[in-house]
Amino acid sequence: MQNNEYINIPKEKFEFAGHGEKIYDKKLDTKPIGYFKDAWIRFRKNKSSVIAAWIIIILVIFAIIVPLFSPYTVTDRDGYYKTVLPKNELLAPLGIWDGTSMKSDTKAGYLYYSSIGVESGFDAVVSEPKIVTDTQGNDSYKFKVDSYNMVGYVFLNLTYDEFIALQKYQDENQVQVIYPMPDTYKTNYTIGNAGANFWYKLKNDKANSTGEPALDKDGNYVPNYITSSNKERGDYTSTMRIEGDNGEGGDWYVYSVKNQTGYKVRVLYREYYIYKNGHEPLFLFGTNAYGQDIFTCLAAGARLSFLLAIFVSVINLTIGAVYGSIEGYYGGATDIIMERISDILASVPFIVVVTLFKLHLAEKVGTLPSLLFAFVMTGWVGMASRVRLQFYRFKGHEYILAARTLGAKDGRLMFKHIFPNSIGTIITGAVLTIPGVIFSESSLSYLGIINLETSALTSVGTMLSQGQGYLQTYPHIILFPALFISLLEISFNLFGNGLRDAFNPSLRGVEE
Amino acid sequence: MVKYAIKRVLLMIFTLFVIMTMCFVLIKLLPLPAIKEMGKDINIILMRREQMGYGKPIPVQYALFLKSVITQWDWGVGEQMYETLDVWGVLMQKLPYTITVNLYSILIAIPIGLAFGIYAALKKNKWQDHVISTAVMIFISVPSYVYAFLVQYFLCFKAGLFPITIPSAQDASLFSIKMFISMMPAILSLGFGVIAGLTRYTRAELSEVLTGDYMLLARTKGLTKAQATARHAMRNAMVVILPMIIGEFIGIISGSLIIEQIFAIPGVGSLYISSINLRDYNFFMALTFFYTFIGLFSGICMDISYGFIDPRIRMGGKK
Repeated sequence: MQNNEYINIPKEKFEFAGHGEKIYDKKLDTKPIGYFKDAWIRFRKNKSSVIAAWIIIILVIFAIIVPLFSPYTVTDRDGYYKTVLPKNELLAPLGIWDGTSMKSDTKAGYLYYSSIGVESGFDAVVSEPKIVTDTQGNDSYKFKVDSYNMVGYVFLNLTYDEFIALQKYQDENQVQVIYPMPDTYKTNYTIGNAGANFWYKLKNDKANSTGEPALDKDGNYVPNYITSSNKERGDYTSTMRIEGDNGEGGDWYVYSVKNQTGYKVRVLYREYYIYKNGHEPLFLFGTNAYGQDIFTCLAAGARLSFLLAIFVSVINLTIGAVYGSIEGYYGGATDIIMERISDILASVPFIVVVTLFKLHLAEKVGTLPSLLFAFVMTGWVGMASRVRLQFYRFKGHEYILAARTLGAKDGRLMFKHIFPNSIGTIITGAVLTIPGVIFSESSLSYLGIINLETSALTSVGTMLSQGQGYLQTYPHIILFPALFISLLEISFNLFGNGLRDAFNPSLRGVEE
Repeated sequence: MVKYAIKRVLLMIFTLFVIMTMCFVLIKLLPLPAIKEMGKDINIILMRREQMGYGKPIPVQYALFLKSVITQWDWGVGEQMYETLDVWGVLMQKLPYTITVNLYSILIAIPIGLAFGIYAALKKNKWQDHVISTAVMIFISVPSYVYAFLVQYFLCFKAGLFPITIPSAQDASLFSIKMFISMMPAILSLGFGVIAGLTRYTRAELSEVLTGDYMLLARTKGLTKAQATARHAMRNAMVVILPMIIGEFIGIISGSLIIEQIFAIPGVGSLYISSINLRDYNFFMALTFFYTFIGLFSGICMDISYGFIDPRIRMGGKK
């Protein structure tokens, strides 16, 4: 009955609330969530896609940064550091990733490799040998070799200026680069870098020598250098001389031999490499059969692949979007004819397209543009059909009718009103084109149908095909490109899946 | 149904015709490479070239080409490789190798793929499913040639389980055990991708079907979970899975270029690659036809098979 008390409230008790003030809409405190923001929120929740996106970013950065800062370039082809194994300075002390491998060889082979370390101090053999005797009584030596030091010494022909400069470098840095000439330097040995590694007395010093040393009673190597009473014979004025070269009995070792063009010298290749290139020979992913640094080549190849893929993706997107819009918007006869054309194009096997483009265009415009054309030729069809589908879905909607009633022209309706609906599928499609292009490029290069390799250019597929012949002996050549492409494909697939879900508004608010 | 099939086949013939015409014209615009000198054979090839209208305008050449293909199924003779041999005959010789390798790999992959897919669907969102799904994601993404390298390195070189190349036809017949073992690396490399694809499909389809109301009904009427899955769920899931398998089966005829190249299988793929490298355009035309035909044909078979497998789907029917 309490309510009854308020029935007869006198009029003067009433007051106007907010009289004389203007009332405004209250500004929203929250920020509006747009299409992309919405997609971003959903994308973020998908952890594996986020990780995949990070991996892709890292791979892209790798492809951009490494060729800029690497001490090596694709054009660097070292004649001696071929098929050198991967080495990482940080992990090398742990005995992994240290550029070594197990080698099984005869006794002669073992002694040959250990001789390099005895003279230079850079051990080619880095473990005690395990000797296994087979049923025929032949010894087989198993030992670990350092692929960087296995090269040992090489003979070089230097001009006078080069020779003097090298000696100057030796004296300034107190390193021994030039080593004494062996007595057998004139024999053209088939192994041991034409005999540059045979500084010791050989059992057989003919050209076909296996490099087996004639050891002395204590089992040591017997040096076999040319000696002379003239300390500076061959214009060797450097103060650097190897141990044991003390002029005993008036004989000095000879460090160079004059010939018609200049000086023949024997250098420790490792030190000579540092002298020439200014840095130590250290190949993170090893080198291939041409002596190129795989790490740098991979980054350069990846950069080429990424560039090609992005180009293809953008061009396909543009053509596909326009073509699909026209098809989908006008429908009817236009649609049927255009659809037939794209059907036929899509039915041509891709490999045939590539071949035809290669045969016709490769010589005129180069391999890369012809490959680009081939990718674009049939690649846009998928994009066009996606856009067409979206147009069919949306063109009958009321808001389109409303816009048309208000006088919007076809072009405006198509690109302002309908097209934005397909942005999600287009972005997903464009992203997923990239791994497809990279995969196709690598397959085609591998098959030898296209060849993107020039002296300054390489591609991931080229690297794979280069490594195939060495799969048994030097698997690292193929390992890194294969690893790279696998990682890339996995990441792009995960990323693409996440993107597809993110751009699907029907999944809004759906938890897992 | 029949009407739809006829329509599709006619459309296929039209598409094939257009593609072949384009290819023919593009190929004829290229200079014909000179024939290698090798005794009397050169005259046979020159004669054949003359017969096919060498030097005449391209439309005339195309008419002659069509005539010889349609009336005699004659695709010309090898000019740069397999000289003077009939192109289609050589292709048919190579085909069994390609088919065998792919057939083995599919026959092995289908039961494994289905089994994994069913298992993952039944254990949906449990750890077994996550493990299988992650593995599928990885296996589907990694290119088949990477498997080929792995198989070749670990199983052929390191373990020595399989020979590196396959024996010639004289040493072992196509279906012998020896041939099977030497084809094993290629079969494995091809199989991983197929298994992963099939697992993903089966899992996706089956897990959707399993939530259907009729599954609940099947359980309430007393079927065990296994019975209900096998009798009701699988049948419905197969509507999508079977066309995929059919597509794979037809796809095996064209094979995998890259796997054939890596394992040196003397199949159609290697024939195609050498025809490009040696510029033998007769082979190129025949192989282009072959690949295009297989591609179109498998598409038709897949579409038509939907109608056969599931009577609810009426192909080509009006809405």
